[in-house]
Amino acid sequence: MSFSATNFAQPRPVPVGIRSNEKSLSSDPFRFRFRGSPSFLGSPHSLRFNPTPPLKLAIPHSRRSPAAAVTDVSNGKMVKSSANMLITKEEGLELYEDMILGRFFEDMCAQMYYRGKMFGFVHLYNGQEAVSTGFIKLLKKEDTVVSTYRDHVHALSKGVPARAVMSELFGKATGCCRGQGGSMHMFSKEHNLIGGFAFIGEGIPVATGAAFSSKYRREVLKEASADHVTLAFFGDGTCNNGQFYECLNMAALWKLPIIFVVENNLWAIGMSHLRATSDPEIWKKGPAFGMAGVHVDGMDVLKVREVAKEAIERARRGDGPTLVECETYRFRGHSLADPDELRDPAEKARYAARDPISALKKYMIENKLANEQELKSIEKKIDEVLDDAVEYSDESPLPPRSQLLENVFADPKGFGIGPDGKYRCEDPKFTQGTAHV
Amino acid sequence: MLRAIRHKNILPAFSAFRAFSSSAKEMTVREALNSALDEEMSADPKVFLMGEEVGEYQGAYKITKGLLDKYGPERVLDTPITEAGFTGIGVGAAYYGLRPVVEFMTFNFSMQAIDHIINSAAKSNYMSAGQISVPIVFRGPNGAAAGVGAQHSQCYAAWYASCPGLKVLSPYSSEDARGLLKAAIRDPDPVVFLENELLYGESFPVSAEVLDSSFCLPIGKAKIEREGKDVTITAFSKMVGYALKAAEILAKEGISAEVINLRSIRPLDRSTINASVRKTNRLVTVEEGFPQHGVGAEICTSVIEESFGYLDAPVERIAGADVPMPYAANLERMAVPQVEDIVRAAKRACYRSVPLAATA
Repeated sequence: MSFSATNFAQPRPVPVGIRSNEKSLSSDPFRFRFRGSPSFLGSPHSLRFNPTPPLKLAIPHSRRSPAAAVTDVSNGKMVKSSANMLITKEEGLELYEDMILGRFFEDMCAQMYYRGKMFGFVHLYNGQEAVSTGFIKLLKKEDTVVSTYRDHVHALSKGVPARAVMSELFGKATGCCRGQGGSMHMFSKEHNLIGGFAFIGEGIPVATGAAFSSKYRREVLKEASADHVTLAFFGDGTCNNGQFYECLNMAALWKLPIIFVVENNLWAIGMSHLRATSDPEIWKKGPAFGMAGVHVDGMDVLKVREVAKEAIERARRGDGPTLVECETYRFRGHSLADPDELRDPAEKARYAARDPISALKKYMIENKLANEQELKSIEKKIDEVLDDAVEYSDESPLPPRSQLLENVFADPKGFGIGPDGKYRCEDPKFTQGTAHV
Repeated sequence: MLRAIRHKNILPAFSAFRAFSSSAKEMTVREALNSALDEEMSADPKVFLMGEEVGEYQGAYKITKGLLDKYGPERVLDTPITEAGFTGIGVGAAYYGLRPVVEFMTFNFSMQAIDHIINSAAKSNYMSAGQISVPIVFRGPNGAAAGVGAQHSQCYAAWYASCPGLKVLSPYSSEDARGLLKAAIRDPDPVVFLENELLYGESFPVSAEVLDSSFCLPIGKAKIEREGKDVTITAFSKMVGYALKAAEILAKEGISAEVINLRSIRPLDRSTINASVRKTNRLVTVEEGFPQHGVGAEICTSVIEESFGYLDAPVERIAGADVPMPYAANLERMAVPQVEDIVRAAKRACYRSVPLAATA
């Protein structure tokens, strides 16, 4: 099947003299149109991102595949036959349920935060569900996901139970990290979710290492079944960070089975992507390092899924990494502490109209994949799951005092030898202490 | 008995033994590290090396000589100059049970990667509540060399040793180098292994036990290099050699100094240090790094907290000068502790000299 939904830039040698044309944003036919010149220190008002509706874009490769995407339907184009649907009914319901779980969970987090049950830094994912669902639902359990601090929904999509995530957020001992990680540090070895990192860009090398370990297992340790791929999720702000480029280089150099997924929601706290980046088209940075770079509409779960399928297959085959830029948007502020004053309400409204969940719902109903009733029953089911998760977390105990000093080391002899000449960890009262070890 | 095991079983990639005499063999620190890496890589296929110039160049300081030929480019990786990136890659690989040994050309360059050493390696076992352990080793030369200037001469022992979740080791002799590096590679936690460039070429006698491939030193135990009864001198890495020379000089003046080779900066062997101070009643700590918040500060406090009543004199701290390392040879000599400084401090602790002049 020809890959037509997105821009698929193949790596090519650097041409002489062509780059400068591409850099001129005003002549770029692809995406951005600016009002006025992009001034280096200009306020966001002079650099307003004005995307045209997807259908009108002059994209070099035609997007007109026989199967219709979600946004085609939401823009009024009906598809008659169900023979070339992108998804089956079961897949559609699975995607819908996962996105609803993500959305409702994050809304519940906001509620709980304002009631004081959750605290610290909480970063919500509302609006970006299509990216998480579109990618992660294609993975096997052994595949790895590495995320940032906006990791609740990645954890849920990967299969970590809502109860475990919710009680981790409440700081209870029944959380997925026993309350020791928190909102920004979700880890689950069972589900191969290895973070949860607060520093942007930090997860990218770790993800590259996980991909490296998969390749090492296959080629050096000769484990034939080791074909796991790794997904690294991060944002537009991270794409200006040095570690990102270091890992693009090494992943392409060593042909690692990794997919770099950029969740470009245009804002890094209050810094507009356009104010921070010399060339805002992130997908282009892939070919600069010798890997495929793809841009996709991240508000459309089916398009994301299509791109993800190709990228994951490429990685699993051993053909190396892909950089996927998903254009998406977060409906809420950067975190629950962010007053979110810098973003234009018109921009927010535009993206709210492209809500991935309503788009999928409309697609499924109009293509007779499901009816209103079935979708409502999914929503009801998720409501119950979340009520149960909150109740469970409320009733779970706080971590006991003895947990403070646990898990610092895998080998607790690392706490050293005590004044009595024996290893501290051999003293049964060792974990009763607090600050002074 | 172990003595019967000749080194026929062990084939270090870099061999320089005299096979005949049964007295202690000599081995340089470089050979010790090389043989330790070789044996651990041979024993466990999950161990691999990564770093700049570790492969084709045979190691910036030739520590990894011969390993590329023996184990191939898949296990000895020459990396691009991207400390943050490749350290993070090592950490990610360690999350999945591989055992990387990441070499920093010097630990000064580890500052580019320190986020990964601390935040994604040291803290991960805790943040994940024990689900993810990180069996990684970060090694390389630490501290001052000779005339390399301020940006290549810093000692990182104190910085890394203050972080929970890390183990920090610093060998002195070849025996230390072999035993501690093997222990570090086998350890399930992240280990920062601080070597010293000027010690690489120094030769030390090693027993047959040390040469055995299963030799390993425990992490967290210091070694009493020289027994004494008048003053305790603690040191690590190159300063152990200086302390031993100082002890010789002091012995001629009737002061019997006990020299403790810390070996392990984190966890610090407070038990051995305190036991020694309770015996000698005087303490001098020696380190090469900056004085404020240094290793010596921690040792002094530990002794004051646990053995205050046993002290007969104020604790003495010797550290590098509180300046970035100067380039000029004479200034550099003044910026790093010398044997005379140790002797003077020990005498001060024993009330044998005039009080010290105003310090910087």
